[in-house]
Amino acid sequence: MQLDQMYQEIILDHYKNPHGRGLREPFDAESHQINPVCGDEVSLRVNLDGAHGTDPSATVVDVSYDGQGCSISQAATSVLTDLVIGRTVQEAFDVHAAFVELMQGRGQVEPDEDVLGDGIAFAGVAKYPARVKCALLGWMAFKDAVSRSTGKEETR
Amino acid sequence: MTSTATPLDIVTIKADFPILARTVRDGKRLVYLDSGATAQRPTQVLDAERAFLETSNAAVHRGAHQLAEEATDAYESARARVARFVGARPEEVVFTKNATEGLNLVAYAMSNAATSGPEAERFRVGPGDEIVVTEMEHHANLVPWQQLCQRTGATLRWFGVTDEGRLDLADLDELVTERTRVVAFTHQSNVLGTVNPVAALVERARQVGALTVVDACQSVPHLPVDLDQLGVDFAVFSGHKMLGPSGVGVLYGRSELLEALPPFVTGGSMIEMVRMESSTFAPPPQRFEAGVPMTSQAVGLGAAVDYLSVVGMERIAAHEHLLTEAALSALSEIPGVTVVGPTTMVDRGGAVSFTVDGVHPHDAGQVLDSVGVAVRVGHHCAWPLHRRMAVPATVRATFYLYNDLDDVTALVEGVREAQRFFGTA
Repeated sequence: MQLDQMYQEIILDHYKNPHGRGLREPFDAESHQINPVCGDEVSLRVNLDGAHGTDPSATVVDVSYDGQGCSISQAATSVLTDLVIGRTVQEAFDVHAAFVELMQGRGQVEPDEDVLGDGIAFAGVAKYPARVKCALLGWMAFKDAVSRSTGKEETR
Repeated sequence: MTSTATPLDIVTIKADFPILARTVRDGKRLVYLDSGATAQRPTQVLDAERAFLETSNAAVHRGAHQLAEEATDAYESARARVARFVGARPEEVVFTKNATEGLNLVAYAMSNAATSGPEAERFRVGPGDEIVVTEMEHHANLVPWQQLCQRTGATLRWFGVTDEGRLDLADLDELVTERTRVVAFTHQSNVLGTVNPVAALVERARQVGALTVVDACQSVPHLPVDLDQLGVDFAVFSGHKMLGPSGVGVLYGRSELLEALPPFVTGGSMIEMVRMESSTFAPPPQRFEAGVPMTSQAVGLGAAVDYLSVVGMERIAAHEHLLTEAALSALSEIPGVTVVGPTTMVDRGGAVSFTVDGVHPHDAGQVLDSVGVAVRVGHHCAWPLHRRMAVPATVRATFYLYNDLDDVTALVEGVREAQRFFGTA
């Protein structure tokens, strides 16, 4: 059944039992993203070690978030926290790039589990163009929050 | 509404809509419940457009050749038929790109009134003036008024919405006052299905000398509407929501108002005389139709109103009434489903929006899609209304003449399937 391809068990698990949910202190920057088509929202905070956001080797110490939206947007943000916490900014951006490539691949991109972890479960979502934005909402917030922390660093 | 109208012959009607014969998502019957967003088109409309393009296509209102003459006749004939369909005179019907453009036309023409002659004085707005809208508006009938206020210094005010999804008219006399220049409201909510009390709003607006602007996008396709009888000053509707093509809509304006209204888009076709220094403008409706207009689309819209007229708007309204009542009744029996909007059929049309506990509207829509049921999910371009009703988004089913009770059953079964899939039932 097609639905099962989109809503892999992993996605439903993350939706029902999200990882890292809830906004936490301390944080370097926060980003609020909305999907104007459906009204889904996410607020996401990043905490980088020493707040060296300009440094791609800075470590992502914590990502915390809150939001409301469909199972895809909420589960994707939950998976995001698993994938980037403890990694460097550069590594996190590499994962982001791989995830974007998967989501924009219309189901033609073979995901690499070593890179994407539970993120490979979203391969089925990529076949539904209307839902790709849902899956990327949290990632947009993450990229934006990291760049904001960068900006903050520069003006200090 | 009790109706003695003869029931529709759905089998025959469906046969006129080729798209309804296709399947979706691996062989599922297409259950199209998104006509509120855009309606499907019957063969008669598709044929009319094609026939026009194959025999008479030319730029209208210009050219000395036979095709130009035929194209102009086809275009003006469409205008006359659309006018008759809504109880208007041809010169009161302006073809626009869509309803959104019609609303922007009025709002921008009103700010242009500041620099136009004395005949346009009644359209001028500025600091101290007020524009009144409602909390249930589609963004198309809200944002242009916000922008007009921003350009002119006027103040935006609005009617609230009750918990049941009705317009709250308790403060009608305090909201609509001598300061009010425009009262803009939807005839039928695209989310709630609520049919608003046009007469009461028009009466109050007239008392204080305010203009009424009505969004008729969800009423003209579904109910018999006589704009002259309603007494509104301006109204808009879109072709693609009433079996016609996209790219054509209508702005209706009472003759004496259109005659005094300054233009919005200027250029070719809309002029009377042009000199290097300045120009004068054509009478309406040409004054508001700058450039070569959409022609096959207007012809298609003419064919659409012919089709609707042959079937009969009374019968279509009665049919949708029946389907909406059945949907409201069946959905109310599902635990966890909450209808956002009136749950009775009093002053209510065929848009049914709802939430399903524990299943986000996007996810419910995805499950419905997997069983062939096409609905809309999200805020349906009425974000403030969703905020007011305390829901981030809804699932919306809308009915039209080609839907039947099997479609309602498919919707209800699809909702139950969504609950099973997400483990909430």
